Amino acid sequence: MAKLTLPCDVETIRSLKVGDFLELEGRIVTGRDSAHHWLLEGHQADVAPLLQGSVIYHCGPVVKKHEDGHYSFVAAGPTTSAREEPYQADVIGRYGLRGVIGKGGMGARTLKGLQDHGAVYLHAVGGTAQVLAQAVTKVEQVFMLKEFGVPEALWVISVSNFPVVVTMDSHGNSLHAEVEKASRAKLEKLLGLSA
Amino acid sequence: MMSPQEWTQKLVEVIAHASTQLPPDVVEALKRGRDAEVEGSLARKALDSILHNIELASGNWQPICQDTGTPLFWIHHPIGMSTRMLTAACEEAVRQATGKQLLRPNAVDPLTEKNTGHGQAPGIPTVHCEEWDSPDVEVHLILKGGGCENCGAQYTLPNAALKADRNLEGVRRCILDAIQKAQGKGCSPGVIGACFGGDRGSGYVESKRQLLRPLPDRNPIPEIDALEQDILEKSNQLDIGPMGFGGKTTVLGVKIGHLGRLPACYFVSVSYMCWANRRAGARITADGTVTWLD
Repeated sequence: MAKLTLPCDVETIRSLKVGDFLELEGRIVTGRDSAHHWLLEGHQADVAPLLQGSVIYHCGPVVKKHEDGHYSFVAAGPTTSAREEPYQADVIGRYGLRGVIGKGGMGARTLKGLQDHGAVYLHAVGGTAQVLAQAVTKVEQVFMLKEFGVPEALWVISVSNFPVVVTMDSHGNSLHAEVEKASRAKLEKLLGLSA
Repeated sequence: MMSPQEWTQKLVEVIAHASTQLPPDVVEALKRGRDAEVEGSLARKALDSILHNIELASGNWQPICQDTGTPLFWIHHPIGMSTRMLTAACEEAVRQATGKQLLRPNAVDPLTEKNTGHGQAPGIPTVHCEEWDSPDVEVHLILKGGGCENCGAQYTLPNAALKADRNLEGVRRCILDAIQKAQGKGCSPGVIGACFGGDRGSGYVESKRQLLRPLPDRNPIPEIDALEQDILEKSNQLDIGPMGFGGKTTVLGVKIGHLGRLPACYFVSVSYMCWANRRAGARITADGTVTWLD
C-alpha cells in the first residue's frame, strides 16, 4: 500500500486516481458541520496554517481526557460527508486543503472543487472507529472545543498507517457517481421503470 | 428488589454490551459477505477492515463506532413496576455511560445548538415500557447512528414514480427504492427495518422495533416472509456493496412489520441500520441476575 505523507503538494495529489489504496502519515485536522460553517465565516487564522496542504477529516471522535490534561482518541471513524456538500469546495479553496477524508462520498460541486484546486476525496471505512483510532498516534491540539463540543471541535492529530481509498480524484472521476448510476439503472430494470 | 441506582448500573452494563459487542449473528453475516466478495476488491477490503474493527472493539470493550447513536430502549416489566423509575434509570445510565466513553456526548439542543455534554436530552434516550406477566424485566437496546438514521425514508402509497400501489408489491418497490437511494451512506451492508401501515409516527417506531429481530429470524407470516427474502436477494443484486464501493453485499437482513392504517393513509416507513447493528438484550431477575440474550 502506498504512503501519502501530509502535508503534501499538488503534484502528488494529481497523481492519485480512483481506486488507489493509501496509508496516511502526518498531520490532519478533524472538522464536521459546525467547523465547516465556522471556517467560512471568515479567515480563521489560527487554524489556517495547519490546514494548508493537509486534509480535513469528517469525524466526530470519542475522546478521553487524561488526568494530566492530554487527550487521546477512543473511537474515531468517519461521519457522512454529504452534509458538507454545500461548503466543501469553498473550504478547500480558501484554506489550501489537498483533500477530505470521510464516508459516503460527495456530489458534483465538491468533485469540481477537487478538480479546480487539486484535491482528492479519501474514503475511510465507516464504523471502523477502533481501527482508525489506533492509527491516531497523537492529539496535538484542539480548536473550538468549548463552543462546539467534543464531536464538532477541530482536533489536530498525527496519524500513522491510516487506511483510506481514493474514491473521488482530481480529474473528475467519482466511484460514488458510477455506483449510483449503475445501481439506479439496475433498480429501474428490476421494477420495470425504464423508459 | 433493586434500587434505582442498582437498575442504573444494570443498564450501564447493557449499554456497554451494545456499544462494544456486536451480536454473533451480525458478525457471521459480515463474514459470509466478506467471503462472497472478490479477493483484492474494495468491497472485500472494507469488510476485512470491518471484521478487524469488531474484534478490536470487543477485546477492549470500546465503542465499535464513534457515533454511538440514539439509544432506543424497549423494556418489558412486571405488573406494578414504576415506568418513571425505569425511564429515569435509562437516562442516568446514558449519562454515566457517556462519562465512561462507552457513548459519545451525542445530544445537541437544537435551540441553542449546544451539546449537552452528557449524552442525554429530551427524547434521548427513547424508552418504550410495556407491562407483562413475568416477574423478570427484559431490556432490549439498539444504538442507532446518525448516518444511517439520515437514510430512513417514509413513502405514501400509491406512488406513481415507483408504480407502487397499495399492496405488498407496492411496499416492495418502496423498500428497494430506499435501499438504492441510501447507497453506502448508511454504512452498508445494512439491516432494513420496515413497517407498512400505521401513522407517520407509529410506522417509524415499528420499523425500528423490527431491528430487534436477530438476522436468522424468519417472519411467521408467509407472505411477509417471502417479501423479506425477496427484498434481501434483490437488493444484493444492485451492486452497491459495502460502503457503496460496489459489490455483492449491500444488505444483511430485511425485517418487516405492519400496523393498522386509516382508510385514507398507506405509509411505508423504512429505517436503515448500519452494519454496526448494535443490539443488546438482557433478562434481569428481581435480585439482579442478568442473562444476556443477544
